Amino acid sequence: MLNLFGVTFRHGVHPPDSKSLTEHVAVRRMPFPKRLALPLRQHAGKPARCLVKKGDRVERGDKIAEADGFVSVPIHASAAGTVVDIDWWPHPDGSMAETVIIDVAPFSPQVPRPRLVPDWHGLSPDGVRKAVQNAGVVGLGGAAFPTHVKLAPPPDLDIEWLLVNGAECEPYLTTDHRTMVEYPERVHFGTRIMMQCLGVKRAVIGVEMNKPDAIAALERTKPDDLDVTVQPLIVKYPQGAEKMLIHVVTGREVPSGKLPMHVGAVVQNVGSIATIAEIFETGLPLIERIVTVTGPGVVRPSNLIVPVGSPLGDVLDFCGGLTDDAAEIVFGGPMMGSSQPDMRTPLIKGTTGVVVLTDREVKPKQTYPCIKCGHCLAACPVFLNPSRLGLLAQASRYEEMVDLHLNDCMLCGCCSYVCPSNIPLSQMFALGKSALKRKQSAA
Amino acid sequence: MAMDARRFELTASPHVKGPDTTPRIMWSVVGSLAPVVAAAIYYFGPSALLVIAATTLGCLLTERGLGPPRALRDGSAVITGMLLGLTLPAGLPLWMAFLGGFFAVAFGKLLFGGLGQNIFNPALLGRAFLQAAFPEDLTTWSAATESWAQLRGDNFALPLMSGDPVAAVTGATPLGQMKFDQIPTETLDLMLGSIGGSLGETAAVAILVGGAYLALKNYLNWRIPVSIFVTVALLSQVIHVMDPTKPDALFMLFSGGLMLGAVYMATDMVTSPTTNGGAWIFGFGIGALVVLIRLWGGLPEGVMYAILLMNSLVPFINRATQPRVFGTGKAVAHE
Repeated sequence: MLNLFGVTFRHGVHPPDSKSLTEHVAVRRMPFPKRLALPLRQHAGKPARCLVKKGDRVERGDKIAEADGFVSVPIHASAAGTVVDIDWWPHPDGSMAETVIIDVAPFSPQVPRPRLVPDWHGLSPDGVRKAVQNAGVVGLGGAAFPTHVKLAPPPDLDIEWLLVNGAECEPYLTTDHRTMVEYPERVHFGTRIMMQCLGVKRAVIGVEMNKPDAIAALERTKPDDLDVTVQPLIVKYPQGAEKMLIHVVTGREVPSGKLPMHVGAVVQNVGSIATIAEIFETGLPLIERIVTVTGPGVVRPSNLIVPVGSPLGDVLDFCGGLTDDAAEIVFGGPMMGSSQPDMRTPLIKGTTGVVVLTDREVKPKQTYPCIKCGHCLAACPVFLNPSRLGLLAQASRYEEMVDLHLNDCMLCGCCSYVCPSNIPLSQMFALGKSALKRKQSAA
Repeated sequence: MAMDARRFELTASPHVKGPDTTPRIMWSVVGSLAPVVAAAIYYFGPSALLVIAATTLGCLLTERGLGPPRALRDGSAVITGMLLGLTLPAGLPLWMAFLGGFFAVAFGKLLFGGLGQNIFNPALLGRAFLQAAFPEDLTTWSAATESWAQLRGDNFALPLMSGDPVAAVTGATPLGQMKFDQIPTETLDLMLGSIGGSLGETAAVAILVGGAYLALKNYLNWRIPVSIFVTVALLSQVIHVMDPTKPDALFMLFSGGLMLGAVYMATDMVTSPTTNGGAWIFGFGIGALVVLIRLWGGLPEGVMYAILLMNSLVPFINRATQPRVFGTGKAVAHE
């Protein structure tokens, strides 16, 4: 199964990976900002329930909001300070969200309270899930799906594979890359705990081949007593998409409308895995994460450990600010990330990177009529017909789009990337999806 | 934070874009046609340039006058004009060529709703119109003359007048000779183009070079010409073996408009299938029709009608060859 020359999926695109700005820059810790903004909604699922009120003093690592149900995780204070407000605040998804604002105590040593470090040896799956949920862990690859939910497959499903996703196929980002290079033991330790929890015998860490140092580091630190394989992947976007990674490693296709666990696989991002390892090393919850701050519009591109809730402005200031021609700020990678208009917007648990593009990359694009070139069909990794879907979207015929498998679209952006007529296909599909969702909830 | 005052773009993802644009594709096609036009001028002298210029001018003025604003920039009208010109005989009166250009863009493209909406290849529709309107002028093929600069026919005939037959330097096409007189032509002459025929059907090598360039850039689907060539070669070779009076595969491939049609007309993105499976079927259909028309039809050449016929089937071919969506039906092995 292991193929040293790399494996890949069908279709996809080859954007320039642009990772040289930060791929060899060591991770640095960013100082605490003066003020933190911690939205109660940082994960997929139900927002957390606030536990603090205005005027409360909190220590670093204190729980400030608790999980509201199973598909939800708590939020912790990422620095000691005072809750000065609980209000609507700009959120990375473009909306305003209920947010706890904390003024960071200027002279605090920022030492977390004494805490219990959970012992992983022989810990029951339920114990691991509880520890992971209590620590507020979500998928750090961008989707921010609560990790413990993925660790609780229904008992009738047989999980065979743990797939650790180190593909990092988005251009510019080097978050996972640096995690694997600098903390390979943590990746393996987290993998061990996950394997124990899921009861799987095989784990595969998939890494794109533009990260040879990460592959080498993981190979060097590989444990002898576990069946862990480091699988080189051919560099192609979206290799890191869950369905693509599963297909490449296991040869199985996740059926339309089903989850990875239905083909016996659980996928976790390397960052999440390393964070889980940290819980069992230090007992600290998820209060900081590695973020790549990069792009031609940043003066000093860096890989940073950023306290969750740090405002965008502080993070950019720490990286030397913006160049004069900086034109657009994107949270996440340039293929799927979202533009940010506001310097107060916090970096949250799911923020993989901050990419600043300049006038050169974001110059306005003239659109032309569809010339039926078929390039989008040849790019779509789930074999949709984006050209046809686009025509239906323009006519607001959303129900017909569902018949053409709109719901299988991952919004990866490959179709928009290749379209020579600059038709905003994936944007139209996102609109179609949300229009259908609205219609459903109204019905 | 001084940057608070700055304003930033807000756009939907993806925020990076591939290098290809529609004008870039179109102008690349125009550029790749340059050697073909040069070959036409080499073989047919100034007449070739005049005819191609007249069709292109007809297309451009029509697009400018009747098309949407700024439509000229996308380059598609230039392609139509050049391709139409390359399907015509060198001695054609220029007013006819110009009229063909007008018809190609007005009725072949704009009437359907403009770029991307037309069902038929506009250049071929323009040629079909000319063939129906002026059958004699369209089949007066020019041959090599004593001097390169000599016009190959009555290019400057007055509008609404046919060309003066005395001025035309006529010669038969290899396909015509084959069909009506059973005279074969040297294969090397066919490849290099020193034969009678329309402007663009004589320089197979130049066409193949241009097509290879476009295929490498992914600006044409290589499956279409390959499938046409394979179909024509196999079918005609089988027939040749059974009945040696019929031409062999090499003659069929390099004679007539097959090269130009397969590489530049059938691969027109707008009027060919969007799926790769569809491209194979489309090419097979064209190839089979070309052989049928050439060998048993009333005309010596059938590339134009073969492509136009298959153009009309493209929506059905597309529907029949939709890709299997990931995670549905039978799973495929990965690469």
